[in-house]
Amino acid sequence: MAALQVKPTRMELSNLKKKKKVAVRGHKLMKDKRDEMVRRFIIYVRRNKELREQVEEKLGQAMQSFVLARAGMGNADIEEALCYPARPAKITVGTQQVLGVQAPKLDLVAGTDAIELPYGMANTGAELDGAVKQFSELLPLLIELAEVEKICNRLADEIEKTRRRVNALEYVMIPQFDEAIHAITMKLDENERGNLTRLMKTKEMLANK
Amino acid sequence: MANDFHEIAMIGDRDSVLLAKAAGLAVFAETDGAAAARRIHRLAKGGVKVIFITEPLFAQCGEAVEQYKRESVPAIIPIPDSHGSTGVAMAQIKSNVEKAIGADILFN
Repeated sequence: MAALQVKPTRMELSNLKKKKKVAVRGHKLMKDKRDEMVRRFIIYVRRNKELREQVEEKLGQAMQSFVLARAGMGNADIEEALCYPARPAKITVGTQQVLGVQAPKLDLVAGTDAIELPYGMANTGAELDGAVKQFSELLPLLIELAEVEKICNRLADEIEKTRRRVNALEYVMIPQFDEAIHAITMKLDENERGNLTRLMKTKEMLANK
Repeated sequence: MANDFHEIAMIGDRDSVLLAKAAGLAVFAETDGAAAARRIHRLAKGGVKVIFITEPLFAQCGEAVEQYKRESVPAIIPIPDSHGSTGVAMAQIKSNVEKAIGADILFN
């Protein structure tokens, strides 16, 4: 490891000691942050997996009913029925902080209790109604999935960054400081001993005169 | 445009997205990865908050997805299309776990 290039002076020594103190404190904080992030990440990612499984299953069902509806009604009729614009689904978007990580908070506004079908009943089959209803019921789940998945993505990134910082502090910065402090202390001690012997020698020479 | 502004959009092949239209999502039928990526950029600039995209297309426009991954909105979420799930989304969760923890603790 490349040692820190420093002048062996008392000034540098005290500076280095201060820097090391900060680094050690930073390392501890960063480590705590990483541990807490990992704990929350595990909770979120479990939820994410659960939601994802549910969504995949239910969406599969909805798509299947849609395919059935399509088979029963014919392409032109379906497209005609669905090309009318429906009332847009509204969500409120806030921001939430998960340990300093910004993530959107999504809430579906329009209640799904009264599902409006955007087409007339005359030319459409019941299968289509069913498929649309299934999908509308799925919407809150999809929104939650979006929120949780976003949090997971960002947390994973942040955890990776924090872990790098922790490791850099633990295995690079702090050992470098230690090494430099050690080198300076040695050098200073050596100078001190040099001085002492010189003094003793001079004293001896003076006494012998 | 202001009147029928959608905050949730869905991109996918025609069969998969028609259903979402009836539920009040903005729907864009794309079959080509590059076109889908362009669509994602346009939607993100237009202030759409959540973009659902079918898994095959999601896999094709990885670059656009990566770019918005680091921002808080929009959330780009892969969903299975009418042919069922391909496992891309689960693989993403898995890679997240591996990235964060270092080992896969959920799927085994």
